[in-house]
Formats: sequence, structure tokens, C-alpha cells
Amino acid sequence: MSIIVNHLDHVFSPGTVFEKKALSDVSFKVENGEYIGLVGHTGSGKSTLVAHLNALLEPTGGGIYYDGVDIFSEGYDRKALRGKVGLVFQYPEHQLFEEDVFSDVCFGPKNLGLDRSEVELRAYDALKAVGVKDEHFYVSPFDISGGEKRRVAIAGVLAMKPEVLILDEPCAGLDPKGREEILSLVDDLHDNLGISVILVSHSMDDLAEHVHRILVIDGGKLVMDGEPREVFRHRPELDAMGLTVPEATAIMSDLKRMGLAVRDDLITVEEAKREILRVFGR
Amino acid sequence: MIRDITLGQFYPADSVLHRLDPRVKLTGTLVYVISLFLFQSYIGYLVATAFLVSMIVLSRVPVSFMFKGLKAVFILILVTGLLNVFLTPGRELVTFWKITITIEGLRMAGFMVLRIVYLIVGSSIMTLTTTPSSLTDGLEKGLGWLKFLKVPVHEIAMMMSIALTFIPVLLEETDRIIKAQQARGADFESGNLIRRIKALVPILVPLFVSAFRRANDLAIAMESRCYRGGEGRTKLYPLRYQGRDVAAYIVLAVYLAGTICVGILF
Repeated sequence: MSIIVNHLDHVFSPGTVFEKKALSDVSFKVENGEYIGLVGHTGSGKSTLVAHLNALLEPTGGGIYYDGVDIFSEGYDRKALRGKVGLVFQYPEHQLFEEDVFSDVCFGPKNLGLDRSEVELRAYDALKAVGVKDEHFYVSPFDISGGEKRRVAIAGVLAMKPEVLILDEPCAGLDPKGREEILSLVDDLHDNLGISVILVSHSMDDLAEHVHRILVIDGGKLVMDGEPREVFRHRPELDAMGLTVPEATAIMSDLKRMGLAVRDDLITVEEAKREILRVFGR
Repeated sequence: MIRDITLGQFYPADSVLHRLDPRVKLTGTLVYVISLFLFQSYIGYLVATAFLVSMIVLSRVPVSFMFKGLKAVFILILVTGLLNVFLTPGRELVTFWKITITIEGLRMAGFMVLRIVYLIVGSSIMTLTTTPSSLTDGLEKGLGWLKFLKVPVHEIAMMMSIALTFIPVLLEETDRIIKAQQARGADFESGNLIRRIKALVPILVPLFVSAFRRANDLAIAMESRCYRGGEGRTKLYPLRYQGRDVAAYIVLAVYLAGTICVGILF
């Protein structure tokens, strides 16, 4: 599995007063098994970018290659692509519609044209993987809690057995406990199922704890691409884009400025704790 | 694709029509619609065309935007046209099998199609040049006298303005739901009619749920800001007629008189 995004441009409503340049000249490559974070300010083009990755939007310039094949070429099987590049939208629970949880999760694999036993097996596996309780399998998706709904919606995409899973703000509107649950679920999916993951978020703390590579997008342009530690070294640039660095990084650089001899390239709370204890000789 | 629906869509531009009082535009649209039914002659259509073209030019809205609205009613126009062609009695032009085409039928069909197109383009000029909020303001103030007949004018205007503001919101929501279901492999473009109708369920159920959720949120938001109907409510920008509005009324009166004359004379 590999995705190559090659000089991608997207302009909404070209030639009218509503014209808006959403993406310009975005290029990057996603390798098998990567765990990538995509960050950007609201309206920076993150959601537009991910909608291109499974061919929901057509670019106005440039292209995307999945395993070396142009996904926008004539006759390319986009439905199969959407099975392989699973996209979980923001507030995915808003797409639930079936009478019970289990049938809703079956919707994706059924659309792929699989036979019934395979569909149900996949739905069962997906619901298990996201940790939905057995007794909730046959209740209405509108009768379960918000966090549970979100798991069901993620299972609905997972049941298609994607090779890449893209999650657009999967933690939006959840409480701290729900956030941590969803993120560790995503970690598990990446580690155990070997799926490549692209996590769209604007919480730098979440990304610092989880992903291995960060793409920063600003005004429709890809402005940074690197390891979290590398990206978070650019605090002034990130500030200028209306983004932040993880709290741990911010605190450490503030401490250093106030004269404490600490390293300031730390990104997680755990690292920061150890560094502070080290300085105080504990 | 779904964003292309122009119904009730405002097109921002700086033109005379944009600046006119909404009451003038409402009256103007009404006058224009009525005028289309006042004549049967070519000269009448010439007058109406001249009026419509000058409005399009004055509005500074790209012409393609006006005609986009026609796509939605294309079938209606087609059916109306065909029915008129085949079902109008008169002088025979061609006959094959049991179907006869008459000269009167062709003429009638042409006029009917033109009339529908003019109706739609004419009213879309109003919605394209007027923001939904000023449109409902205009309705509320312009029809204020109906209150004495116990017509709940304010409530109707409020409902209309809510409906209008939610059109783009719900369109966007629909777009998002369609994409989300497509991401799960849903297919809305192929298969026979029944399959396609069934394919709408995964869009409609979430859309209704979200519409109810939004309605509930809005009701709570309105109540927590002490909304209690239109009684004694003041406006930030109250509507007042300007010189150009009077001028526009005069133009409208001249146009109406003109079409009435044309209707009587020809």
C-alpha cells in the first residue's frame, strides 16, 4: 500500500464570486503502516484534502496515485478504493441510519458486494475491534451513548477492512475519557491490524502522544512534514498559523527561558516530567 | 453537485437591484408575474423580454446563474410544451397515426414554455439580489396590514426566514451525509429506479434526524434569548423607502400599464 499525492490543487466554484482556493500544490507520500497526524487551523483545507484521498472530491489540478495507479483516471474502481481507504468523517455518528447497530455496520461491506456470511463476519469483527458491548449489537443506533455511537460509526468503516484509515477529528465533542478511549483504540488498530492511519486533529497534545509523523497544512498549502519532535521545534511559525505546540513543549521552553537548564525538545507530559525530575536531581 | 441548486440563493454584487427596498422587489416580481398572463401576442412577449433583459443587466448577476434554476424544472417545461403541441385543436400541420400537430399548438407550446422560463428567471432575479433576511423583512412589513385580518404575519415571516436560512445549511449537511455514505461504498448513481430510491434511505434518515436536532437547538436558543413573537419587537435596520424605490415603483407602473395596453390592443 502506498499513496502518492502529487501537486494537488483544488478550487471551489471556479470563475464565480464564491471562488475559493482550498488546496494548492500539496505533495506528500504515505507508506505502508505509517501513523500520520494532519493538523491545520479551521478552514485550512484539511477536510478537503482527505476527501480527495478516497476520490470523493476531484482535484482541479495534480493527482493522487494509490499503489501507483491514478485514482482519478477513467474507469478506475472508486468503490473498491473507498473500501481500501476508509474515511471516518467528523461526527461520524451523524451518518447512522439503520434500525440496529449491527445492520448499520453491515452497510459498508454489503456495498462492496461481499456475500452475506462475509459481511456479517466483518461487521462482528469490526464491532469487537472497537469494543462495542455485545448487548448493544441489536439496539437502535439512536439509543446508545454518544461515545458508543462514534465507535459504531468507526466500526462501519472498519468493516470494509481498509488498508488506510483516515479519521477526521475523531475526538471532537467527546469528554477527556472518551477522547483517550478513541485514541487508544486508533493506536490498537494501527499496532494490531497493521493499518496505516491518518489522524486529522488540531490537538497537538493528542498528536504528540500518538502519531509518528506530522503534516501541517496552512491556507491550503503543506507547510511542514516531519517527525513530531522536529515539527514542534517551530513554535513561532506554528503560533503564526494559529496553532500551538503540545503543552509539555510550551512549558519546557518557558522553563528554559526562565533560566532552568532543561531540554526544550520534549513533546509528551511523561518526557517533561522525567526531565524536570532529572534537573532537580530526583 | 448539490451546491448548484440556486433556489433561494443570494448572489452578492453591488447593483441597483441589490440596493432596492425588498418590498419594491416583491411588488415588482408580483407585477411581472401578473403581466405575463395579460397578453397573448408576440409584441407582448417582446415587451416582457425587454423588461427581463434589462433587469438581468441591472442585477449584475452572471446570466448562467439565472438559468441554473431552470435545470430543476426542465421536465415540467418539457411536458408542458409537448402537451400543448399535441393537444391544441386548430389548423392541421402534420398528422401521423392518431397524433396531430397544429399550428396553434406549436404557437401555444412556444408561448407556454417561454412563460414558464420567464416566470422562473424573473423570480430568481429577486432571490439572487435579495438576502433571505431582507426578503422576509420586506414580507413582514409589506404585508403588515394583514394583521388586522388576524393573519399571523410575523410568525409566517419568521418561519419563512428560518426555512430560508436553513436551506444552505441543510444542503451542506446533505452533501456531507452523501459523502460519508459514499465513503462507506454507497452508490447513488446506478441501478434501476427502485434501487435508487432505496439508496436514498441512508441519506434521508440522518438528514431528518439532524434537521430535528437543529430545530430543537434553535428553539432552545430562541427561548433563552427571550423570543416572544413580533409584538413590540424593533429592528436594527428598519425598512425605509428611498428615492430610487419611488423611481422603481414608477417604472413598474409604466411597465404594467404598457403590458395592459398591449394586451388590449393586440
